[in-house]
Amino acid sequence: MSAAAQPTDAMLKIRGLSKSYGSRQVLRDIDLDVPAGSVMCIIGPSGSGKSTLLSCINHLEPIDRGRVWVAGELVGYREHRGRLHELPEREVARMRQNVGMVFQQFNLFPHMTALQNVIEAPIRVKRIAPARARDRAARLLDRVGLAGKHARYPAQLSGGEQQRVAIARALAMDPKLMLFDEPTSALDPELVGEVLAVMQDLARSGMTMVVVTHELGFAREVGDQLTFMDGGIIVERGDPRAVLAAPKEKRTQDFLSKVL
Amino acid sequence: MPRVPGVTEREAAQPVVPLRHPGTWVATAVVLLIIALAASSVATNPAFEWPVVAQYMFDAEILTGLQRTLELTLAAMVMGLVLGTVLALMRLSKNRLLSTVSWAYIWFFRSVPVLVQLIFWYNFGALYATISLGVPFGPALFTVNTNTLITPLFAALAGLGLSQSAYTAEVIRAGIVSVPPGQIRAALALGMRRLMIYRRIILPQAMRVIIPPVGNEVISMVKNTSLVSVIALAELLYTTQLIYSRTYQTIPLLIVASLWYLIIVSVLSAGQYFLERKFRHR
Repeated sequence: MSAAAQPTDAMLKIRGLSKSYGSRQVLRDIDLDVPAGSVMCIIGPSGSGKSTLLSCINHLEPIDRGRVWVAGELVGYREHRGRLHELPEREVARMRQNVGMVFQQFNLFPHMTALQNVIEAPIRVKRIAPARARDRAARLLDRVGLAGKHARYPAQLSGGEQQRVAIARALAMDPKLMLFDEPTSALDPELVGEVLAVMQDLARSGMTMVVVTHELGFAREVGDQLTFMDGGIIVERGDPRAVLAAPKEKRTQDFLSKVL
Repeated sequence: MPRVPGVTEREAAQPVVPLRHPGTWVATAVVLLIIALAASSVATNPAFEWPVVAQYMFDAEILTGLQRTLELTLAAMVMGLVLGTVLALMRLSKNRLLSTVSWAYIWFFRSVPVLVQLIFWYNFGALYATISLGVPFGPALFTVNTNTLITPLFAALAGLGLSQSAYTAEVIRAGIVSVPPGQIRAALALGMRRLMIYRRIILPQAMRVIIPPVGNEVISMVKNTSLVSVIALAELLYTTQLIYSRTYQTIPLLIVASLWYLIIVSVLSAGQYFLERKFRHR
């Protein structure tokens, strides 16, 4: 996938996105394009605004200025006479179905089995027939390597298994775009690989992905583009191999020298 | 040849004797003696009038009172849960007016003793002689005498249910707050809406925190219903009072009431145990 795709082909397009918490500005004039079928990795120190940026993409956080489009559709707002008006809950919920999200802390529903976690939204939100949803969920769980563990509760699964259930749960809604918020940061080191393998498989199948991560190896191997964020702005971006091998900006160099 | 220098094979094989606790044995003997004395006194003292207890245990009047006690408990707890849920959601609302009103309600109804509230509701007619339904600040469409509307049953339900809702609201709020915010984010990200998230994700998890204290509240409520005897509502205690004011068999009738309270609470405790087990996930 080429990093130089036109914004019009972009599955995700962000222009001029800014956001503050009170007087603290966490995102400053962010522009981002993620072409359909490509993988965008975002790295940066903690507090640089990476996770907030992800939350703005599916409107878990309202924005102060700018625009976010997913699959050509303006997210969370309606434009009327040059102003943005926040959409009602029903509309926002409908748009969120296009965007799958995977969290650092997995956030599986602890009172449901792995299978129930995966079928909950397809049945309740998309109103898919339960038998069909179960079939589909079973296939997804098998695909992420959880065959034989469908009836386990999250507490009976390892962290890596829980995160893979979470990925299956997001995929069950047939999203056009997947957001990963530090998906391996809460895992024991020996469990990181199995989650990254599932994500790599997903990337290969053509899913558009935005991945906030500290796994530079994954960014290098799987990422089509790399973005380095610091202090709420995008400091540097480009081909992951190029940026990781020879960062142009001083701040990128400092960060990479600390984590490598 | 010993394996450890200075310790022979025979020494190494010697058994270990744990420290004896003779005090425990003395305490056991004393407690058993006291229990035996109390039991024999209860069984042999004729003033307990056990035959009278047996005679009234399943008396029709007592059973009617018992039924009223159970009905009051159920009605007050349902009121407490429904109103308590509304109050808890108001308390958690971003709207400052709603959360403040809920806070004030809880503050008031938890501060004033239930006994005082019961007597107050019973005498509500002294405050408002008539109650009207109509246009606010406009003409009345329908007027009723307060004393015909507020029967002892109405006063009992108002007193028990309103104060119970204040306690239940705090329990439900604690349950809702105990669910990590990541659960809501995950549900929102899946395209679920607020009401569905409450019903499918938050409440089932909050239940684990809510059920044990609500179980305790139900058990307290069974006994608190005896307070309504002061407003002449014939629940279990007031029924026994009515009987012993005729027959002067005060002690055996109070024993009848106590036995029934013991039985109800025991049954409810068992129910609470099974309910807690059901909502505990693996």
